[in-house]
Amino acid sequence: MSAPPLLSVEALHRHFGALAALGGITLAVSPRERRAIIGPNGAGKTTLFNVIAGQLAPSRGRVLLSGEPIAGLSPHAVARRGIARSFQRTNLFLGLSILENLRLAAAADGRGSYNLLGRGARRRGKQLARARETAEAVGLTARLDERVGRLSYGEQRQLEVGVALASGPKLLLLDEPTAGMSPEETERMTRMLERLPREVTMLIIEHDMDVVASLADRVTVLHYGEVLTEGAFDEVRADPRVYEVYLGQA
Amino acid sequence: MTLPVDLFAQALNGLSYGILLFLLSVGLTLIFGMLDVVNLAHGSLYMLGAYAGLTVIAITGDFWLALLLAPIAVGLVGLVIERICLRPLYRRGALDQVLLTFGLVYLFEDLVKWIWGGRIRSIAPPAMFSGSVTIWGATVPSYRLFVIAFGIAVAALLWLLIERTRLGAIIRAGVFDAEMASGMGIDTERVFSAVFGFGAALAGLSGVIAGPIQSAQPPMGATILIPALIVVVVGGLGSLKGSFVGSLVIGQAETFGKAWLPGVSMLMIYVVMVAILLLRPQGLFGRPLR
Amino acid sequence: MTEAGSTGGRARVVAGAAGAAALFAAIAAFPLVAGNYPVKLLQEILVWGVFAMSLDLLMGRAGMVSFGHSAFFGVGGYVAALSLAKAPGLASALALPALAAAVAAVVIGFFSIRASGVYFIMLTLAFSQMFYAVTFQAAWLGAEDGLVGVPRPVVPGVDLGRSLAFHLYLVGLVGLAALVLVRVARSPFGHVLRGIFENEARMEALGYPVARYKLIAFAVAGTVAGIAGALYTQLTGSITPDAFLWTTSGEALLMVIIGGIGTLGGAVLGAATFILLQSLVSSYTERWMLILGLTFVLFVLFAPGGIAGALRGRIGLRA
Repeated sequence: MSAPPLLSVEALHRHFGALAALGGITLAVSPRERRAIIGPNGAGKTTLFNVIAGQLAPSRGRVLLSGEPIAGLSPHAVARRGIARSFQRTNLFLGLSILENLRLAAAADGRGSYNLLGRGARRRGKQLARARETAEAVGLTARLDERVGRLSYGEQRQLEVGVALASGPKLLLLDEPTAGMSPEETERMTRMLERLPREVTMLIIEHDMDVVASLADRVTVLHYGEVLTEGAFDEVRADPRVYEVYLGQA
Repeated sequence: MTLPVDLFAQALNGLSYGILLFLLSVGLTLIFGMLDVVNLAHGSLYMLGAYAGLTVIAITGDFWLALLLAPIAVGLVGLVIERICLRPLYRRGALDQVLLTFGLVYLFEDLVKWIWGGRIRSIAPPAMFSGSVTIWGATVPSYRLFVIAFGIAVAALLWLLIERTRLGAIIRAGVFDAEMASGMGIDTERVFSAVFGFGAALAGLSGVIAGPIQSAQPPMGATILIPALIVVVVGGLGSLKGSFVGSLVIGQAETFGKAWLPGVSMLMIYVVMVAILLLRPQGLFGRPLR
Repeated sequence: MTEAGSTGGRARVVAGAAGAAALFAAIAAFPLVAGNYPVKLLQEILVWGVFAMSLDLLMGRAGMVSFGHSAFFGVGGYVAALSLAKAPGLASALALPALAAAVAAVVIGFFSIRASGVYFIMLTLAFSQMFYAVTFQAAWLGAEDGLVGVPRPVVPGVDLGRSLAFHLYLVGLVGLAALVLVRVARSPFGHVLRGIFENEARMEALGYPVARYKLIAFAVAGTVAGIAGALYTQLTGSITPDAFLWTTSGEALLMVIIGGIGTLGGAVLGAATFILLQSLVSSYTERWMLILGLTFVLFVLFAPGGIAGALRGRIGLRA
């Protein structure tokens, strides 16, 4: 019994001049699945996210969301179809408050944002409610009016996930959410991600194998722009090829 | 004069004007290529050159001395500007720097008015070139021929400097990718200062040379900036070759346009500028944009 | 951003509104206490102020530094001059110039917004210089001398030839335009602009069609600039190609920066600084341009918040 995949990547290539960052990637993610993408640096993980989310166009191949082709669409068009991503390097609205960061994400459905002269109080109220919910979900409950530029790195990473989540996506792409975090912060983030509703399908790039072990249903291993292998975490961990190219170097 | 002779005389005018634009735009294009700054005060540096030349001639009566000293003076001014005004803004991004250079336009125009007065001041060409020459039936001031020859010589020197010396290689690296150059150990701060000062000196040189042709008046800085900017856009940001080709083309276009099609020539030049910015922003010879 | 609703917040909003109303009344009543020259100065400050304010909406809210804003000012001015000569009603005085400026803004914006940063600056500069080139050469537009003898609009029941009536007309319209700009800045649309200012790429990634928002902002700002140009023409009775010069755009930029980018009201302070320096200082010394340039450079280097930013710091208000 397999549901049609939510996300389907077919023979995806992306070249930069002579460099093949993605050399033919095929994978399928089912709805409600949590998939980890792992691999050494330079394996093409972030490039894969960039192509799926629209920051880059593919050189060849297809990306399908619920069966509809989305490769080559602009980032905002992809986002409108229900994909949200977080970034490896924190990419927030530093001059605005936590609440406003989340509210902007929650308001991203476009309706009402063309209101030029009014105050949009009703919609704003709903957006703020959603923003507060998301803040709680990612573990940010205090100082919601604080300017994001003043937060600690760990708090910013939490918000980074929150902003992607607040836009209400079907598919959430998280690029190294625990990058640079202390063990306690990583633990907190992992538990937070575990608690997220299953309706949100997740694709996570991670280097921390404990996080992968806790979260992932399946793992895809990338190497030099290609899929090396794929399977449950224990299977992948036991695979000697994976050990050779990646885990053995940790 | 008959038509071909007319055209020839016009072409020589256009050529000498183009050379002026070249000397002016080289600095502008290098500064943009390296620092990502559109130095709106570049025309003001040109103006300072003209007035500095005026002063040297007034004191010493020697045009050649002015040709030597004025660019040095303007180059120093450029160094000061870069050090005091621009360097603190590098962290803040290119737009703040562009805005600041606009403030300098006002500052310099009034400074010049203050020191030298607001009247138009004419600058006599050197005695050697104060007459006219007749070539192929066209009578042209011999000074214009000097300008053309001088400009070509400077162009050749610059080409040698940029393409064949180590300093030139450093400049080319910085123009191509300042961040990478810095990562390779090149002291980009010193190179930035040097390039800005050098570009300013060239602007000053252009101003002195232009003196006998265009006279000196305070608004001349803001006026000459636009053609220089167009040259840089069309020729390619950061490209010496683009500066040369672009300025010759624009020089002829403006000269012939003013004489033959005054109604549309100005407009056409801006249309070309917009077209290049939209369709080929790196200009004719610039590096492809990152 | 604190939300009004607490007693302290509500009191502040009421105080702010009362202050604004008092200021508005004082400005409107100015001709009763001052002579012709100061009144003219005030009117120039108001017109340039709202022109600069519209630029601040672009720069301070959407992060778009335009060196071609004078294009819309000039379009508004010329259309007002041309149509008032034929049919001196309010449609000619306001509606037509606004419409023309809006069209120009949409067209120029459509092409310019594809570029960003320095290229955007150069594109907008080039477009406004195009207008300069056309009006400078066109005999039917008065060429270098422009159009003069523009009549005041005829409003039923009111003689705008009389100075107090015209003053109230001008103040009312400027006030309305300023109010519109402030409302837009505070609207849901304005909040999106703020997000674009802070992080354009993230807004795209969230699903906002950023180019579309920028174009709308550009069109709104351009329309208000056109109205400012139309009012300027009615104030001085004339319009010249200089309205289109890149240095005119630059002057508006000066006003925005000196006043405080992003504050909207600061733009009027910047306009006041500029015009007062130009007119008053020049009676003591001729060096107003030097002072202006120096002030501007110092502000960019050391006081990026402008006058309004400095005031805010003093009074302790937060954005």
